[in-house]
Amino acid sequence: MIAETGHYALILALAVAIVQMVLPLIGARIRDQQLMAVAGPAAQLQFVLVAIAFVALMTAYVTSDFSVENVWRNSAVAKPLLYKISGVWGNHEGSMVLWVLILALFGAAVATFGANLPHQLKANVLAVQGSIAAAFLLFIVTTSNPFIRLDPAPFDGQGLNPVLQDPALAFHPPFLYTGYVGFSMAFSFAIAALIDGRIDAAWARWVRPWTLAAWMCLTLGIAMGSWWAYYELGWGGFWFWDPVENASFMPWLAGTALLHSAVVMEKRDALKVWTILLAIITFSLSLMGTFLVRSGVLTSVHAFAIDPARGIFILAIMGVFIGGALALFAWRAPLLAQGGLFAPISREGSLVLNNLLLTTAWAAVFVGTLYPLALEALTGDKISVGPPFFNLTFAPLILPLLIAVPFGPLLAWKRGDLLAAAQRLTAAACLALAVLVLVLAFRQRGPWLAPLGIGLGVWLIAGAATELVYRVKLFEASWSEAWRRLRNLPRSAYGTALAHAGLGIVVIGIVVTTAWRSEAILAMKPGDTAQIAGYTLAFKGVVPRQGPNYRERVALFEVTRNGEKVTELTPSKREYTVERSGTTEAGIHPSWRGDLYAVLGDQLKDGAYSIRLYFNPLVRLIWLGALTMFIGGAVSLSDRRLRIGTPRRAQTKAATVPAAE
Amino acid sequence: MRFRRSPLVLFLAMGLLAALPAHAVEPDEVLQDPALEARAREISEGLRCLVCQNQSIDDSGAPLAKDLRLLVRERLKAGDSNQQIVDFIVARYGEFVLLKPRFETLTLVLWLATPAVFLAAILIIALAFRRRRAEAQNPAPLSIAEKRRLKRLLGEG
Repeated sequence: MIAETGHYALILALAVAIVQMVLPLIGARIRDQQLMAVAGPAAQLQFVLVAIAFVALMTAYVTSDFSVENVWRNSAVAKPLLYKISGVWGNHEGSMVLWVLILALFGAAVATFGANLPHQLKANVLAVQGSIAAAFLLFIVTTSNPFIRLDPAPFDGQGLNPVLQDPALAFHPPFLYTGYVGFSMAFSFAIAALIDGRIDAAWARWVRPWTLAAWMCLTLGIAMGSWWAYYELGWGGFWFWDPVENASFMPWLAGTALLHSAVVMEKRDALKVWTILLAIITFSLSLMGTFLVRSGVLTSVHAFAIDPARGIFILAIMGVFIGGALALFAWRAPLLAQGGLFAPISREGSLVLNNLLLTTAWAAVFVGTLYPLALEALTGDKISVGPPFFNLTFAPLILPLLIAVPFGPLLAWKRGDLLAAAQRLTAAACLALAVLVLVLAFRQRGPWLAPLGIGLGVWLIAGAATELVYRVKLFEASWSEAWRRLRNLPRSAYGTALAHAGLGIVVIGIVVTTAWRSEAILAMKPGDTAQIAGYTLAFKGVVPRQGPNYRERVALFEVTRNGEKVTELTPSKREYTVERSGTTEAGIHPSWRGDLYAVLGDQLKDGAYSIRLYFNPLVRLIWLGALTMFIGGAVSLSDRRLRIGTPRRAQTKAATVPAAE
Repeated sequence: MRFRRSPLVLFLAMGLLAALPAHAVEPDEVLQDPALEARAREISEGLRCLVCQNQSIDDSGAPLAKDLRLLVRERLKAGDSNQQIVDFIVARYGEFVLLKPRFETLTLVLWLATPAVFLAAILIIALAFRRRRAEAQNPAPLSIAEKRRLKRLLGEG
């Protein structure tokens, strides 16, 4: 009964989405207030209906109702509760329901908090959201129904893939999807503006917080995925340029560009047409990510051709939305009035540079990810495009961007003074250089580029601090004056500084761990000791252990440093009973210096175990940096100006903050 | 085949990279000479494990990857250069084995697309700046309706 309720709710949601798409659009066209007013309640109702479907599916999972085929395929009685819940989105059908749920949540949020939006804009935005929801609900109901019953119901399910039974991965998809789907808001606003043929700064003020929220979630989602890969895949890598990763990285790059161009639009009413296009592109890349992962095209072009129903459907959705949006853009964009003028060297100019490099960067990832697929589909030739290609094309684009980041916030709007900005950055540059020289002097091995990379990271962090220092006049005014300024600084200024500093932290983490990681591949017998990065590991032996739904063999290492005991590491190899497959659980000892990382391998012929030990220096900075970027976004989002999309009333206060902007 | 990522895994959740636990280079494979071993690792990182999804033979626990790793090390011991070894393996397994495709007719677009996008974007930006500046200096002439309105305003003022 519960499953049928969920199924019914999905079909009702589809009907409501169609109403939400059609009536307000007509209303906005013929200026009928009543038709336009349908949009809000429809969006809220749609959210309630999709939520009912989602809760129904979750109930089936939690109660292990194996008469539902989806539950039988992806769950098992013995699975811990957390993974029963995360099993809901650990499969194709369930994850599509989550996708639509988040989409409906964003729509309902606009309906609920968008009272101060112009009626026509609101109606159009919700109509576009409704059309996306309608397309994906139709997709679920016709090709990916999660509520199909099995008769007779099996006694136990087939379980969830063991590598997915992990806390970080339980929460990775919801964050990632919130990021992907969140960009639909920017898309809907862009399409609404094109339908209206009108766009102004209020538009950007509305779009920015949504884009920022989506970007934050995507940042955290990608970081979680990378962290998971790091500790779960058993060799300490954190980024692989895998097509599935690229599928989430492209919207992130485009979304980052959008975030910055929307600032120009809000503050200076410039870059309007480009911002609209970027909003369309960002969500298009999200749709493409969905297509790449959901259609199976990545596994093999042939797999896609053999079972094309889902793939073709998503391809069609993608084609209609992207093609339609771009056509509408080509038709209506010339109507949008151009905004403020600016010189190439200015805050706007620096943000154009940001957009130029980020756009080329996602284009590089795009080509590298899709080229092998396209080539195989067109000519049958198979080539591989892997990390060496991406590193070679991506790095030359991202390095100049990182060097340029600290300059941006120090340039004035309209016409900036590069020399003055450089002068203000002298201290940051000196600090970065000093660190660079120190690292060069004390470096014993590793590539010569690495100290430059560290210097770059320090430059980003110090540059972010510089902006704050000048805005509060730390060394010019009295302490009390500086303190007063510090408190009155808009939160978005802190947000920018935090996010840019977070980027620097990520850079340092990546550079240090890539350049100076140490590795030992050993055959060890119980009683042997090994040395790595100043640690001594004594191998005590391997014992069996029973988990809730797996058996494992656990190796015990006693770790000492300079004769003192540090910790015990227990890497293990697990065998999941129901799923009949295994995972490798690394033993990790985190510290500020870095992670000591031990992996247990198979037993060799002579009774010794194959053991891999790593020391990954400063590797945690990668995820701490991403977290800092997330927090920066959150701080910026809490800015009154963004929370309340109304004309700024706090101007009298803000006016006392000098024009360092 | 345990080492192979099942297609199902890719369907499972978006954005995750789901390889089965990799246990790549085994202790018995490691060469005595650290310089030679370092070269073996460098070569391995650029070669694709043919039966895996986007993993290099250096990261993969698949038996085929192990065979290739041993082959690389054998050739190194025999005194081949890195290039010779890569050529040898490409001759045997085809271009598909290279994680960094060669620059040739088939991959022309792949390699040139990014620089082309970059240059095109710069061109578009430069043109946009020029056009905007020209527009700002010579504003569009008044339309007839605007001229009439101006006349009326001036006449009345």
